[in-house]
Amino acid sequence: MMRAFTTFFMALLVAYGVSQGFSGVNPFKGMDWFLALCFVVVGWVVAWALSWIVDLATPRHVSRFLVPTIFGLGVVLAWEVFVRVSHIAVVLLPAPSQIAAKFLSSLPTLGADFVQTFVRAVIPGWLIGCGAGFLTGLACDRNDFLRRGLLPFGNLVAALPIVGVAPILVMWFGFDWPSKAAMVVVMTFFPMLINTLTGLNASGHMERDLMKSYGASWWTTLRNLRLPAAMPFVFNALKINSTLAMIGAIVAEFFGTPIVGMGFRMSTEVGRQGLDMVWAEILVAALTGSTFYGLLTMIERSVTFWHPSYRR
Amino acid sequence: MRIERALPILTVTLLLFVIWYLACIPMNAVLTTPKIQAAGGGLFNTLALSWNEGRPVLPSPHQVLREVWNTTALVAPWSIKSLLWHLWVTLSSTLVGFVIGGFLGVVLAIGIVHVGSLDKSLMPWIIASQTIPILAIAPMLIVVLGKTGLPAIITKASISAYLCFFPVTIGMVKGLRSPDVIALDLMRTYHASAWQTLLKLRLPASVPFLFASLKVSVAIALTGAIVAELPTGAVAGIGARLLNGSYYGNTLQIWAALFVAAFAVATLVWALGLFERISLARMGEKP
Repeated sequence: MMRAFTTFFMALLVAYGVSQGFSGVNPFKGMDWFLALCFVVVGWVVAWALSWIVDLATPRHVSRFLVPTIFGLGVVLAWEVFVRVSHIAVVLLPAPSQIAAKFLSSLPTLGADFVQTFVRAVIPGWLIGCGAGFLTGLACDRNDFLRRGLLPFGNLVAALPIVGVAPILVMWFGFDWPSKAAMVVVMTFFPMLINTLTGLNASGHMERDLMKSYGASWWTTLRNLRLPAAMPFVFNALKINSTLAMIGAIVAEFFGTPIVGMGFRMSTEVGRQGLDMVWAEILVAALTGSTFYGLLTMIERSVTFWHPSYRR
Repeated sequence: MRIERALPILTVTLLLFVIWYLACIPMNAVLTTPKIQAAGGGLFNTLALSWNEGRPVLPSPHQVLREVWNTTALVAPWSIKSLLWHLWVTLSSTLVGFVIGGFLGVVLAIGIVHVGSLDKSLMPWIIASQTIPILAIAPMLIVVLGKTGLPAIITKASISAYLCFFPVTIGMVKGLRSPDVIALDLMRTYHASAWQTLLKLRLPASVPFLFASLKVSVAIALTGAIVAELPTGAVAGIGARLLNGSYYGNTLQIWAALFVAAFAVATLVWALGLFERISLARMGEKP
């Protein structure tokens, strides 16, 4: 407890010192990035020490939720204080309050971008890509020749910089959302394929032998044993793909797009030095990505309730 | 045995090439139909014109390979026309970012394993940091970092590093916690300090996990470096070639850049795999 408090106050002191160094800008001209880095590190230590104190002071089931929350709030608070004290240019780093104000004042624009990127490109692309990957996985499982041919190929493609395909897809499918959805399909297909194949082989030998001794057909074994056993892997792929899908759709927009969409807004607002708008868009992307991910985790919990990782 | 393994791969590869060549005909039809008619039709003319279109919608494989050959072997490696020079620009920032990110990932993992509150406060945020599509906001970060006057290679490497550290942290936390309770108890009976346990038990035990993570990391580091090059106005690097090609509708240039990048990743992953085998063998693992 004593050590935690000491760390906290020391870090506060250093944070104050660094921000003071910033307010007397002149001697530090051109050193902005270095001081900013210092401040990030110090702010992080402050937040960490604070959460350390909370961790020691509260019982376990409370601290599990409280500690990360306080840590996050601490970082945001340090950010706000830093921007206020240092008078750093808005083009470099807007304060959280400015971002929130921009977010609330431009809800219609953000909404239109959200619909264009997420509802029109990410969701259909994600569904098609995951569905196709899953079905191909089943086909590969049925046909061993196909599996041995496709699996090394899938492993190779999974390592490639697939975002590079974006300009080609934009050329083929036009500027509007179909090219972005196609990008998402390409990005999500192979992770799903690989995970489905791994998952289908995850059931134990004993269980499979039991199914064989029951005289169960391939389909019955699949439905009653192997698909349920594969679900943790399938959900793993779904979760990985939720992030990949957002990345694919937004990056594809950098290569040509109509005048709406999250990637378009970010790249144009950076050009116009409207950094608060960019951060508001990042906030939307972060909220969407986390919600998507969280929803999938909840569904996973109810589907794979039997998995050892959920035991208390 | 080797034939049995190679045959399916070869079949699938061959099938892909056949599909690719066949797809060239309808995909390029918009451009080639008038030329084919002018040449008098026929199967030979159709194939010859579809597979050798100058600015194709879908270039045929041999066109891509020829473009790669033309831009790597036939020009000096230090000229701006050389794909090798662009690859070097991308690869250098990839490797710098990879080293920074890998180092950061290992340090974070060691901290997380040893300090309980760091585990609780940091781990959820490390995971949350990856649900944010960082690759998508990378260009903005590049522009902002560029205003601070850092050298370009560092700004690009920072994106790679950000992408790299996550798999390494996750893998190393798993690896550092992988020693059995029995082994940890043995260290305790030896009265080993936390530092000694780390050096003599935890770190050696985590090496396989480290290499698995590093292979994932190096691939996404290159992706990060390519995306990071997009906003700088197509000056140099693989990303610049992609953007340039898409501006001018030069599909051959895009495909050649993609092929070279893919080859580079495959080489890097292969090199890491080799390094992994050597170090595991030196640590006494039986093949």
